Amino acid sequence: MPLHVSIATRAFRRYSTYTAATLAGIFTNCVFGVIVCFVYTAVWDQSPRAGGYDVQDALTYAWLGQAMIMTVAVWGGGSPDDLAERIRSGDVALDFYRPVGILGWYVAADLGRATFHLLTRGIAPTIVGALLFDLRWPSGPITWLAVAASIPLAVLVSFSLRFLVAASGFWILDSQGTKVLAASAAVFFSGLTVPLVLFPGWLQDVAVLLPWATFLQVPADIWLGQRSGLEVLAGLGLQLFWAVALLAGCALVLRTAERKVVVQGG
Amino acid sequence: MGLIEARGLSRTFTVYKRSGRLNRTRTEVRAVHDLDLAIEPGEMVGYIGPNGAGKSTTIKMLTGILVPTGGHLRVAGVDPSRKRRALAHRIGVVFGQRTTLWWDLPLRDSFELLQKIYRVPSDRFRTNLAEFVELLDLGDLLDTPVRQLSLGQRMRGDITAALLHDPEILYLDEPTIGLDVISKGRLREFLRTLNAERGVTLLLTTHDLQDIEALCRRVIVIDHGTKVFDGALTELHRQGGSTRTLVVDLVDEAPPISVEGATARRVEGPRQWLSFPADASAAPLVAAVAAAYDVADLSIQEPDIEDVIRELYSRS
Repeated sequence: MPLHVSIATRAFRRYSTYTAATLAGIFTNCVFGVIVCFVYTAVWDQSPRAGGYDVQDALTYAWLGQAMIMTVAVWGGGSPDDLAERIRSGDVALDFYRPVGILGWYVAADLGRATFHLLTRGIAPTIVGALLFDLRWPSGPITWLAVAASIPLAVLVSFSLRFLVAASGFWILDSQGTKVLAASAAVFFSGLTVPLVLFPGWLQDVAVLLPWATFLQVPADIWLGQRSGLEVLAGLGLQLFWAVALLAGCALVLRTAERKVVVQGG
Repeated sequence: MGLIEARGLSRTFTVYKRSGRLNRTRTEVRAVHDLDLAIEPGEMVGYIGPNGAGKSTTIKMLTGILVPTGGHLRVAGVDPSRKRRALAHRIGVVFGQRTTLWWDLPLRDSFELLQKIYRVPSDRFRTNLAEFVELLDLGDLLDTPVRQLSLGQRMRGDITAALLHDPEILYLDEPTIGLDVISKGRLREFLRTLNAERGVTLLLTTHDLQDIEALCRRVIVIDHGTKVFDGALTELHRQGGSTRTLVVDLVDEAPPISVEGATARRVEGPRQWLSFPADASAAPLVAAVAAAYDVADLSIQEPDIEDVIRELYSRS
């Protein structure tokens, strides 16, 4: 097994050891899913075509949101938290001396984690949601494929943002504050609380292009069929653009940090 | 050619201090200054000095994770900071207060990841792992997550982790810190075996001078970034003017014993403490004391290396 696959499998296994936490998490997602559904039902009762969604779209969006919370780690966490801790403790110096790239390591670990969270905290609440409400499903195999491509891209974009936040610790030592700030931005601009399609005029125009839009709004719109044909490709393109741009940013920041640690001496 | 060669190795740090509201003053701190080192394959060298002497800075430069600001440095024939990745395959590092193991994973998983990182051939990996598990008594711990290990167990795990890829050089930074006496003893025994059987070169920084006494024939003492001593442990004793102590229990109380080659340092009832040079033999002294006095018991205290080093520090 290649190194990075091993890293990912072990990250997966690491999260899978906490069964109670996983079950509690799934329960929480279900409760919030139901609450959000009640709110959305009230909203779409008042304006049945709000944001171009019908009530079935809105309810599905609510459950997709619950499914993506942990998968993309909207609130922060995942492997960048390990990096933050290693920067704080100084153990990161050991990472620099290993004959393996740091960024690739953390990407692999976070993909392993995301796979676990998708399979548990993603799929389980969606099934519960489908049992309780009448949800919309992707219209065909192509749409399923597009969703399947969209989710890992969402994870990569969110990983890069979380990694950048953690890497800020190289300069400000404790990245906790940055993390809280970043989490608030992520929760708001991902459309987790209010779908971006309900944002007013110019704010919506901007928000749908920001990296956070790729966490939930893009995959959800592909799932719901709100994007079709070339729009699907445009959505995936936006995700790919942010993933590549931000990962490049991560690599650059890491190089600078390495120079700082190795040349300036921490 | 030596395995580790440094000439005029230096490292300065630029430190900014606040002075007043907006101004910062720039000071240069010389962590390591004009250090010469030559270590041959198979040596076990103790690298000691007080806190802030420059020990860890030196180790960081030797591993390539810190670039020297001056001087010439070659480890295993290469410049560490330029060939860090390549060199990593040939050295192992253990930091007593840091861990290379993965917190949430069983020890075995960490080892398997390291096998992949260092591309250790499977059969070599299995042989090494079996041997270290045996020597360090890790058998029952392999499936325990690292976070559940005690400090001593974790240290044994970290040492195994540093050795799985057959490094030629092992740097140990405070390896026995926080360990109990038994764990320390076992660890030293292991390091001795490692050096004797595999010929691994060991460079050991420590505050525990018993580590040095037990393991290293050669000692390098550094203070304020400068080497103040480099030589055999016995030579260190001689230069530091260290003394051994003969503790004599007399049958009756007596005035301070006076024999040639020793001075009575302390008298407490029938017990007396006689100091004599560390490089002198105790035999004639014991004979002289026994001939002149009624002796109930005798014992010899080895020199306290801390005193020796304190003496060196105060002179440098």
